[in-house]
Amino acid sequence: MTHLPIPKTYKLFIGGKFPRSESGRSYSVESPKGEFIAHAAQSSRKDARDAVVAARSAFGSWSRATAYNRGQVLYRIAEMLEGRTDQFVAELVRGGATEKAARTEVVAAIDSLVWHAGWTDKYAQVVGGANPVAGPFFNLTVPEPTGVVVAVADQTASPLLGLVAAVAPAITTGNAVVVIAHEAAPCASMSFAEVIATSDVPGGVVNILTGSPGELLPWLSSHADVNAIDLSGIAGELAVECERSAAETLMRVIRPGRFAASQPSFDRIGAFVETKTVWHTKSLA
Amino acid sequence: MSFLDFAPAPESTGVLNLRKSYGLFINGEFVDGHGDSITTISPATEKPIAEIAHANSHDVGVAVSAARKAHDTVWSRMSGTDRGKYLFRIARLIQERAREFAVAETLDNGKPIRETRDVDIPLVAAWFFHYAGWADKLEWAGLGPNPRSLGVAGQIIPWNFPLMMLAWKVAPALAAGNTVVLKPAETTPLTALLFAEVCQQAGLPAGVVNIVPGLGEVAGAALVEHPGINKIAFTGSTAVGRHIARSLAGTDVALTLELGGKGANIVFDDAPIDEAIEGIVRGIYFNQGHVCCAGSRLLVQENVHDEVVDKLTRRISTLRMGDPLDKNTDIGAINSREQLDRISALVSQGEAEGGVRWSLDCEIPKAGFWFRPTVFTGVATSNTVAREEIFGPVLSVLSFRTADEAIAKANNTPYGLSAGIWTNTASRMLQVADELRAGVIWANTFNQFDPASPFGGYKESGYGREGGRHGLAAYLSAEGKR
Repeated sequence: MTHLPIPKTYKLFIGGKFPRSESGRSYSVESPKGEFIAHAAQSSRKDARDAVVAARSAFGSWSRATAYNRGQVLYRIAEMLEGRTDQFVAELVRGGATEKAARTEVVAAIDSLVWHAGWTDKYAQVVGGANPVAGPFFNLTVPEPTGVVVAVADQTASPLLGLVAAVAPAITTGNAVVVIAHEAAPCASMSFAEVIATSDVPGGVVNILTGSPGELLPWLSSHADVNAIDLSGIAGELAVECERSAAETLMRVIRPGRFAASQPSFDRIGAFVETKTVWHTKSLA
Repeated sequence: MSFLDFAPAPESTGVLNLRKSYGLFINGEFVDGHGDSITTISPATEKPIAEIAHANSHDVGVAVSAARKAHDTVWSRMSGTDRGKYLFRIARLIQERAREFAVAETLDNGKPIRETRDVDIPLVAAWFFHYAGWADKLEWAGLGPNPRSLGVAGQIIPWNFPLMMLAWKVAPALAAGNTVVLKPAETTPLTALLFAEVCQQAGLPAGVVNIVPGLGEVAGAALVEHPGINKIAFTGSTAVGRHIARSLAGTDVALTLELGGKGANIVFDDAPIDEAIEGIVRGIYFNQGHVCCAGSRLLVQENVHDEVVDKLTRRISTLRMGDPLDKNTDIGAINSREQLDRISALVSQGEAEGGVRWSLDCEIPKAGFWFRPTVFTGVATSNTVAREEIFGPVLSVLSFRTADEAIAKANNTPYGLSAGIWTNTASRMLQVADELRAGVIWANTFNQFDPASPFGGYKESGYGREGGRHGLAAYLSAEGKR
């Protein structure tokens, strides 16, 4: 029996839904050999703004979720990805990776998610704590998520791992993320959106855009409702321009080159937390 | 004489041994500056105190070179134990010269001697004492087994707590093995230069601490843009903070910013009201309201609004404004004519927008810069006095009905530095503290500071923390990366 394949339409992932770009634009994704793979949505400024709105509305409840719950959800993402390993390997191979490299990348993405899942209910204990101040106060320091984080997946390699490396540390502590996929090889990223959508991640906590970082990042880095931006995935003048416009709202910035996608990092989790210190008066006398 | 009239009790300035002029402090010595020198004045009398050399960009370059050499050849190679001992020496010297520093600070800044003597200078000594103990324990700072100093730190500090801000910056930087080039504020350079003398007395190696008074747009800008700097730490306005962040884009210079605030002080109907009144006063009239974490927005639950405002104005009426050197003075001088003009303009705008103004009826000295403690009631959240940082003794009162409304109003600001909560219900206090987007929250107290307690803001109040292990980590990197 023959089966005529049904190609997948790759769309965006915003607020837990899969819309096309409101602009109606798309671009063709090709293999390194120039073969047509798919059309990907070419996100517009409006899509980016919609994604920020979705992230902002999801931030409140996600940041208030218990650390245990966030850990379960992150682990669930790893489970869902594990079960679809062969699909992701195939997509990465179609994008030009060797079978071996593709499998290594998927496994690394799964392991990164598991590693981050374990941090959710330990991070605060490691970086926070009680401070021995000279007075009748119970003084406690706790880390809290920064808010809406914009990130961009590594644009040069590892389309899936680069995306996971940017998303996982941010959502571990309760941030909501708008992430731009690898422009030339976005298929695995958009399939990862399906993994997110089936992993009990509340809609809006992770939003994935495809399109041009050069077109989208200037809008996002100057967006007044964005609290932080991870520029690890890009380099050069675009990154400098983004850091400059991020200064206008004093966004927290991860500069290019600080973190590698291949190595999950405790400091990358810490880059997007705020340190809150509360002085509780023990005695009013 | 009414019960509020006290005989004058001025602290003697005899303890001071000031020079007529001060140079820049570079590489362990006082040297001439190449900027236009200025005369620093007392804001309470407008009388000159001393002539202060100003640095230009060349001087800043010389200071950075001295700091680099000291870092690479001496300070970063010294054992943590010995670095710590130098910091302990500095802490002790400040304790020994505490009264002198308090008088000098009051003279130069205009804040009451009661505050410099009981708050500023003791905290300065405490800060050095705290970080002295960290110098040989860096492997517990949270950056792995072999943390490294960043290198040369450029530090720019404000005029509101001149020596205290110096201590917050210098102590952790030195403990972590960095060397520093510090620019004090234009109107308050005096105690930083006295601190340079302390560095000499402590035998601190030359170049570890360099102090370059000057204009922000000259010496400050030169420091930020200098290619030999590894870290910038700035405390000051949000506008300047933005500018610094922008000019460091694309570099690998580490940056921490402590910027403005518009702190909410929230009083619930089940609060210990008398203590709350004291906390409100401490929150906004401490240091003439020249405090980035001031509780400048008072949010009062509607059913106790009138009672709180009535008790508050009665309490303010007992505050004594005048000679900062007088031991009975509660409210000193505004730091500069420029700041006084800014406060006056914002208060006029508050009146024009419909706020009801009440100011303490008290005499104002003939010379100097003064502003009466002021309370605005009937303030809407959209009013200028509810949104803009005034940085003066001006309180804006708003009301709320539910905890959710209080939280929404408190968070309705681009800033996020401080907040206060007054309630005797523990569960409510913990819930509200969780929901406030601010870096420092005081529950049933306000404006407490301690070297062990991290301090810093959310959102446009800046990033990075000063104090405790967090403040130390801001001057360290894990081995092999910045």
